[in-house]
Amino acid sequence: MFPFTYTRATSVHEAIEAGERGGRYIAGGTTLVDLMRETVERPRALVDIVGLPLSDVSATPRGGLRIGALARMADVAADPVVRQTYPAVAQALELSASAQLRNMATIGGNVMQRPRCAYFRDVSAPCNRREPGSGCSALEGYNRTHAILGTSEHCVATHPSDLAVVLTALEATVHMVGPEGRRATPIGQFLLQPGDTPDREQDLRPGELIVALEIPPLPRPLRSGYLKVRDRESYEFALTSVAVALHIRGGVIHTAKVAAGGVGTIPWKLPAVEQHLVGRRPSPDLWAQAAERAADGARPLVHNGFKTELLRRTVERQLRIVGGRS
Amino acid sequence: MTPQPAPRPARQPQAAVGTPRSRVDGRLKVTGQARFAADHGPADGIDGIVHAVLVDATIGRGRITSIEARAALAVPDVLTVIHHGNAPRLPYRDNSFPDSIHPPGERLRAFQDNHVRFFGQPVAVVVATTLEAARHAARLVEVTYDAEPPQLDLVTAPAHEPDIYTRGDAAAALASAPVQLEMTYRMGRNHHNAMEPHAIVARWDGDRLTVWEKTQWVADPRNELAAVFGIPQAAVRCYSRFVGGAFGNSGRTWVHSVAAALAARELRRPVKLVLSRRQLYFGIGFRPAYEYGVRLGSERDGRLTAVVHDVRGETSRYERHSDDLALGRMLYDTPNFRQDVRLVPLDVNTPTWMRGPGWSTTATALETSLDELAHELGIDPIELRIRNEPADDPATGQPFSTRRLHECYTTGMREFGWHRRSSRPRAVREGDWLIGMGMAAGAYPAESAPAQAHARLGADGTVVVRSASSDMGPGTTTSMAQVAADALGLPMWSVQFQLGDSMMPPAPVHALAWTMASVGSAVQATCDRLRRKAVALAVGDDRSPLHGVPADEVVVRRGWLHTRADPRRGETYQQLLARNGRTHLEAVGGYEPPEEIRYSMYAYSAIFAEVAVDARLGIVRVRRMLGVFDAGRIVNPKLADSQAHGGMIGGLGQALLEHTVTDPRDGRILNANLADYLVPTNADATDIRAIYIEGVDNEAAPIGVKGLGEVVQVGVAPAIANAVFNATGRRVRDLPITPEALLMPR
Ligand SMILES: Cc1cc2nc3c(=O)[nH]c(=O)nc-3n(C[C@H](O)[C@H](O)[C@H](O)COP(=O)(O)OP(=O)(O)OC[C@H]3O[C@@H](n4cnc5c(N)ncnc54)[C@H](O)[C@@H]3O)c2cc1C
Ligand code: SF4
Repeated sequence: MFPFTYTRATSVHEAIEAGERGGRYIAGGTTLVDLMRETVERPRALVDIVGLPLSDVSATPRGGLRIGALARMADVAADPVVRQTYPAVAQALELSASAQLRNMATIGGNVMQRPRCAYFRDVSAPCNRREPGSGCSALEGYNRTHAILGTSEHCVATHPSDLAVVLTALEATVHMVGPEGRRATPIGQFLLQPGDTPDREQDLRPGELIVALEIPPLPRPLRSGYLKVRDRESYEFALTSVAVALHIRGGVIHTAKVAAGGVGTIPWKLPAVEQHLVGRRPSPDLWAQAAERAADGARPLVHNGFKTELLRRTVERQLRIVGGRS
Repeated sequence: MTPQPAPRPARQPQAAVGTPRSRVDGRLKVTGQARFAADHGPADGIDGIVHAVLVDATIGRGRITSIEARAALAVPDVLTVIHHGNAPRLPYRDNSFPDSIHPPGERLRAFQDNHVRFFGQPVAVVVATTLEAARHAARLVEVTYDAEPPQLDLVTAPAHEPDIYTRGDAAAALASAPVQLEMTYRMGRNHHNAMEPHAIVARWDGDRLTVWEKTQWVADPRNELAAVFGIPQAAVRCYSRFVGGAFGNSGRTWVHSVAAALAARELRRPVKLVLSRRQLYFGIGFRPAYEYGVRLGSERDGRLTAVVHDVRGETSRYERHSDDLALGRMLYDTPNFRQDVRLVPLDVNTPTWMRGPGWSTTATALETSLDELAHELGIDPIELRIRNEPADDPATGQPFSTRRLHECYTTGMREFGWHRRSSRPRAVREGDWLIGMGMAAGAYPAESAPAQAHARLGADGTVVVRSASSDMGPGTTTSMAQVAADALGLPMWSVQFQLGDSMMPPAPVHALAWTMASVGSAVQATCDRLRRKAVALAVGDDRSPLHGVPADEVVVRRGWLHTRADPRRGETYQQLLARNGRTHLEAVGGYEPPEEIRYSMYAYSAIFAEVAVDARLGIVRVRRMLGVFDAGRIVNPKLADSQAHGGMIGGLGQALLEHTVTDPRDGRILNANLADYLVPTNADATDIRAIYIEGVDNEAAPIGVKGLGEVVQVGVAPAIANAVFNATGRRVRDLPITPEALLMPR
């Protein structure tokens, strides 16, 4: 670990000031401390934000959900409002990491977590995200867990968060406060594809602090769920995952929200799948037809070619699970 | 060492042996009071410890061209950076078998030259007064290399000359066999991933070296460090009281231990060195990857006429590690058998034993190939095995001491519900899941080695028994106390078994599942001798109620020496010692395996697995597993279960998850951590059960055991692979079986 200073922010204002001076926010520390130990991260100043009053979880007036950035993963997963209104959120969290990690880790940190690419985490390997211009070791290396969508020649790492897949499906908004005041951005624009600047992972300006994530109201009744496919039963990132939310009325799908994880450099929204579903009646054939569109534009690498077909099947399965067998 | 005559059969009542006792050190472990290697410090009289951290090579092969340590040395609290450019040349005396368990070759030396032989090889060690400073400074050591592309391809790299075993004429028999099958199996490299990291504290007192080391054999660090530093073995003492899992990776002494001892000598201060989790994938061995070709010839009724194994296995370029791949020679009655084993030297660190070494590897190939044959012939896999059950050992012609494999099958079939298995693959579906059952057999040699023990009975009636064994997790400390308690007729609480000190009476390496047979027999012999001493004292003492009773007529129960005929006539050890003015009685004793082995001695396993495979998503989950074991006497069923469950979970990992991934470009290990190297979680291992076929084996060891710790993993992976085939109709011959191998068309 490289030497660093550590301070504890007692107010949002104080945190932002420290952040503006180059301080790095630390919440649960489950991503950051890990990477500091590997010397992938070398912050000079840590600003501990866990004491800030940003951990409320509440329903918004028109039926949406607002989750404070410092709410712990475990607490959000157990929250009755969350479980009732957006079960997919609770499912994604419960399928994440381990119980110990979920007790420490925060929602803001979860969305901000960095790639799990082995080369990124090994400072002796070239990696454009860690050291722009040094090259991407995964491109020609071992890339079984890497992305097939949203990749560039500069980086092919997936965004590892499960929760962010649900938030992307549901078109959540990221609320931030910074030196220039408040700001909100849809999560789909907040998380950035690598392009030719893979080191820029989020649309977050110096000193800006995430204060909350907000899921907009959706027509009710709403069925939602999250499916995660992985080698072992627990404690592993997704090979593929899918979040689905459907509003079905009068036997017709009126609203469909679908996004996939484990396949994209950011959580991958699937508008083609959504469009195919809307206005149609649920049926096994419909799930299959919609799922056929899930991997459009996929560019598989040497070891992750299986993800293309696996993604389609995961989408089909989850549409059936959420949409029912009708 | 003085060989002892084989002990007479114990005439003592059995009270502790055979009962499910909890670990005597369980409380120490769960309350954090058990001190493992890295926990040693001032409380053990080791003052002024400084911390060492290794710098690892970042190329797969080549030479170091420069090492720049200035930035590292500038870090406050850093004391030194030692590397090949400034390290003293060390004597490195030869230290071969039986003083060590090094495989043949030239062992890797600590900082003696500029060669890099594998990715992650230690190239320097940084020492500082704080761990944080040492860690940080290790990152600041700049090493430049002249790198060459490493040779890492098991399949295409040139191999050593084969090791050939042959009987009959396999080629001719194969050519004329009515049924012929040919398959190639591939098994990924596995790392042990014990909970406890390798660690050592090394302290010099003049020319004497003391180490607190994680090891499965306290004699090994003693002998190796003595050889490396050119000092007498008696000048080195090694302690290792607790080991937090090892699975074979702590049998031999690795180069990091030399680095720590070297740093301690240079600095004249005690040095502690603990490997990081990442470093545990670099220099402490692994289960080698294999390419395992199998050709089978059989009659239409399933009787095997020819078996041919063509094997390629990884080793390093500097040593030849070879696993014992003999399962195929003895498990089935095959007149014609040929096995060619080729070691392939690669730019890797030397592999080592890992649980069920060799035997679980061969089981995967042999037992899957038998399943393939059973399917081909339409014979039940168990029936096929029974048809090939040998009367005597087909490799040696010797009779089996005990072989209850048939009973393992019948018990397993009944308890597992084998009749519910469909012989047609892909026939059972539950929702999205395809369900299948599979089984496999296994064996592991029931060997033993010389061992000694010392026992001391105090005036308070308690006993301390000591032997330089180790307890990497099976519960040796507990089971030895059970053996001693029964031999001495004492309750468990008044017996203490101590191990893990190279000054204790010698014991063999704690591996190969032979500790109970070897050390257990030595403990029994020693305690029998001590009891007889006490009995002799009593019957010869005219003030004793036992005066004049024939010694054979005296038994001891709960510390009370009495005549067999009249339990009221007797006295306690305390009374006996006090009256005779003795502070203690003691005995040394031991065990020597018989010189001539007249029997073929093995422990056996029959493993049953039921899997569910999500046919569309390629996910495999093991729903149930049953292991039926013929391991001779079971000293402690509770500890046995913990062995069996652990071994079967290890086999589950081999089958479905575990695979060390190496980048062929530079040898970089890409999953050198427990998030990416997948071992089974609790959720993966939900319903696991073990059954032990009753019966002792008095040929295998005086105490009737055949060893359990290795055989519990032999046959697990193929049982699961066979169940996957039964579920899906797809035969996956590469382990681990991944979702991509199973993604099936609609
Ligand atoms: C072994 C392991 C397995 C895991 N498995 C999974 C999994 O299966 N699924 C999954 O989704 N996740 C998984 N995770 C990731 C885990 O969920 C994240 O590490 C965690 O959510 C991060 O939250 P934190 O509070 O600990 O963040 P920290 O480590 O404190 O911070 C992470 C980053 O976010 C920044 N940050 C934190 N809070 C804010 C804020 N409010 N505003 C601006 N920036 C902020 C920090 O500066 C830092 O860069 C796993 C992690 C580990 C170690
Ligand atoms: S995929 Fe991205 S994170 Fe991984 S090595 Fe390439 S640039 Fe780095």
